Amino acid sequence: MAVEQSDAQLVARCRAGDPAAWNELVERFSRYVFAICSRGYRLAPHDAEDVFQEVFARAFERLSELRSDEAVRPWLAQLTRRLCVDRLRVLARDAPATAEPDEREVDDLLAALDDAMAVRAALDEVGDPCREILDRFFCRDESYRTIGEALGLPAGTIASRISRCLEKVRTVLHGRSRGPAPS
Amino acid sequence: MAYDEEQIGRLLRLLPPAPEGWVRAAQELPAARAALDELVALAERDAAFRLQLQADLERAVAAAGYEPSPYLVSRLRRLLEAV
Repeated sequence: MAVEQSDAQLVARCRAGDPAAWNELVERFSRYVFAICSRGYRLAPHDAEDVFQEVFARAFERLSELRSDEAVRPWLAQLTRRLCVDRLRVLARDAPATAEPDEREVDDLLAALDDAMAVRAALDEVGDPCREILDRFFCRDESYRTIGEALGLPAGTIASRISRCLEKVRTVLHGRSRGPAPS
Repeated sequence: MAYDEEQIGRLLRLLPPAPEGWVRAAQELPAARAALDELVALAERDAAFRLQLQADLERAVAAAGYEPSPYLVSRLRRLLEAV
């Protein structure tokens, strides 16, 4: 199983100028920012793309202002929310019917996304091939057949592999919730 | 928090991948930022280039040998407006 770096460790590497760290940070949070834009605020793709790029541009420029490296996720969430609201208000000037979503719904989504990020971290810890199989099935909505063809596996075995992989992720999550064993 | 397998699947579905091009563009920000610094320095020492930027920003950026990415163009435009 792969050992995942903490958010704080990743941010510290970005601050230190490690060129690979920024790529990893974008990789780690791209789905999160994308989900807030597209699912939380239901922005159209071109608006979501603008906000997505602006979030990462501001994050890159202002990473040194982050008070606590481990708070990078809520910081990105707040930045994304503010930019989505700004975009919706600009859109509403041209199309007054443009509705802003209920912020309580966005709060609920963010809470669910935090849980989803914990599941993704567990999935990263489990590693491939489970990561790829579950990502293709749940996140990319691919069929058993497509997954089987892509990975060179019989389509008839994909369902059982998904089940076994989910069990592995569940085991990792269960271990995390119990915390480290006392020394 | 304890999850069953159905919940794990539901949570995974909340995080589909962002389009690859968006992720790549965000990952290229450090290079774009370096290009921005170079272009600003060039504009500070070269009055003709400053005029070119004001006349047609994207063309001036491309003529200077840089990719006029949305990030580069928006940040340069903001700087020019502030001057």
